[in-house]
Amino acid sequence: MITLAHFLVLGALLFCIAVAGIFINRKNVIVLLMCIELMLLAVNTNFVAFSRYLGDAAGQVFVFFILTVAAAEAAIGLAILVVLFRNRATIDVTGIDRLKG
Amino acid sequence: MIEFNPNDLRAVLPELVLLGATCAILLVDLFIKPAQRDITHWLSLLALAVTAVFVWNGFPVPGQGTLAFNGMFVHDGIAATLKLFILLTAALTFVYGRNYLGERGLRIGEFYLLVLFATLGMMLLVSAGSLITAYLGLELLALSSYALVALNRDSAVSAEAAIKYFVLGALASGLLLYGMSMVYGATGTLDLARIHASTGSLQHPNLLAIGLVFIVVGVAFKLGAVPFHMWLPDVYHGAPTAVTTFIGSAPKLAAFGMAYRLLEGGLGGLSAQWTLMLALLAVASLAVGNLFAIAQTNLKRMLAYSTISHVGFLLTGFVGATPAGYAAAMFYAISYALTAAVAFGMIALLARRGFEAEEIDDFRGLNQRSPWYAGIMAITMFSLAGVPPLFGFFAKLLVLKSAIDAGFLWLAIVAIVFAIIGLYYYLRVVKVMYFDAPADTESLPLPADRPLRWVISINGLALLALGFLWGPLFDWCNRAFGA
Repeated sequence: MITLAHFLVLGALLFCIAVAGIFINRKNVIVLLMCIELMLLAVNTNFVAFSRYLGDAAGQVFVFFILTVAAAEAAIGLAILVVLFRNRATIDVTGIDRLKG
Repeated sequence: MIEFNPNDLRAVLPELVLLGATCAILLVDLFIKPAQRDITHWLSLLALAVTAVFVWNGFPVPGQGTLAFNGMFVHDGIAATLKLFILLTAALTFVYGRNYLGERGLRIGEFYLLVLFATLGMMLLVSAGSLITAYLGLELLALSSYALVALNRDSAVSAEAAIKYFVLGALASGLLLYGMSMVYGATGTLDLARIHASTGSLQHPNLLAIGLVFIVVGVAFKLGAVPFHMWLPDVYHGAPTAVTTFIGSAPKLAAFGMAYRLLEGGLGGLSAQWTLMLALLAVASLAVGNLFAIAQTNLKRMLAYSTISHVGFLLTGFVGATPAGYAAAMFYAISYALTAAVAFGMIALLARRGFEAEEIDDFRGLNQRSPWYAGIMAITMFSLAGVPPLFGFFAKLLVLKSAIDAGFLWLAIVAIVFAIIGLYYYLRVVKVMYFDAPADTESLPLPADRPLRWVISINGLALLALGFLWGPLFDWCNRAFGA
């Protein structure tokens, strides 16, 4: 029997993988974008699981909005990445160090 | 059952007007030549002005908010006040950025449209009555801001700032959403008012507590509170100054609105938990912001760290979780947005083709070149530092008073200590302007953009005037919160 807890654990695992990916990743920015998508999908899993458990459709409606925004976010992220690549000829995370935060 | 009530449209009329106007400007901009870009400029200002008139006309009776669209949209004095100042600062951005963008070939329709869409997002965000509207408003603001930072496509620094902003902003949105999903799971509703009502009787209070932590982290990211401030200096530095003017002013008002809606509107029942978290964020922001600002030589970076310290003050208003505290925090946000607009506008004023005027040294001897603008800049710096009798002083005073009333005396003392440390780097700018010799001997001409000169002068003098006439504005904020 698969219960709510299973889904929540799955969501939490996906979320942790995504956050770890953002912080550990030293390779390239595309992986960062993938991690961001994964993070939003983890949240979607949570919302759908809660929505089913509570018998309330609002959570699933929110998922539609998140999916739509995620698509727009990916488009903007990739556009910025193209601009970065045109200027730097690299998408290495370690190469993005001209501004010291 | 969801029903459509035509009266609801009246509550969102300003947003509808701005959306319609923005779409119209989008089409108009396609058909005009680059040389006629002034049309877009004036139409954008007109759109903001008309929207402000609609906000003003529909101003709700103080203390009596109405809900529209089944509670998705809140129409109250807080939202209306914030919207008026968001529209004002967005208009200031257009005026201050006009010459700067023109000289760099960046005066493209996209700038105006993205700022207008971001403004629409902010208006939605401060009126959010449900987690969905809060999220959509926030993303409309955030996505437009990412693109704005990368506006200068040939600048490697801008692109780098944009990608950092994007990744950290998306991370913050993800954390916020994860918190929202937990809150939804714990309370079974996305409606902020219903979340607030159900916090007392929950099956799984732990789920709500986890959600609260993530939401606080998300809000802190968007505000730029330490330790979630990493994006702020790079974005302020890397973005074109006209864009920094925008990102540095209006979104702070929206972030205040978001924090209020989510933390007080939705999770007010947990205020005992989040006030302590915000107090710690405030202390960290005050310390890091003020200490790191001392080390900066770039004025935009210095102002970024100064923003972080001001966020600390803003959060100080939240720690009491009382209407009086929120009113003080809103007053602070308004004061900061208006002051930051002058500071960044002054960088745009001094900049000219091939010269960014963003180093503190670029302000050397400004008094000899132009005593008037040196005076305006000095007023701005003193107001940011909180020197009486300027606007910024009363903003700090009211926030500190609310914190002391709430029993956070230690926080007020920490804030004052760091405000005094902060005085050092603001005074350094003033010292450079008045006591150092100009960098180059030939007198540098200031750009002859008349609206910019007039508006920045009025804006700067307003900081002085509001230092004497802060009472009515504060009463207004208090009335909005019913305090």
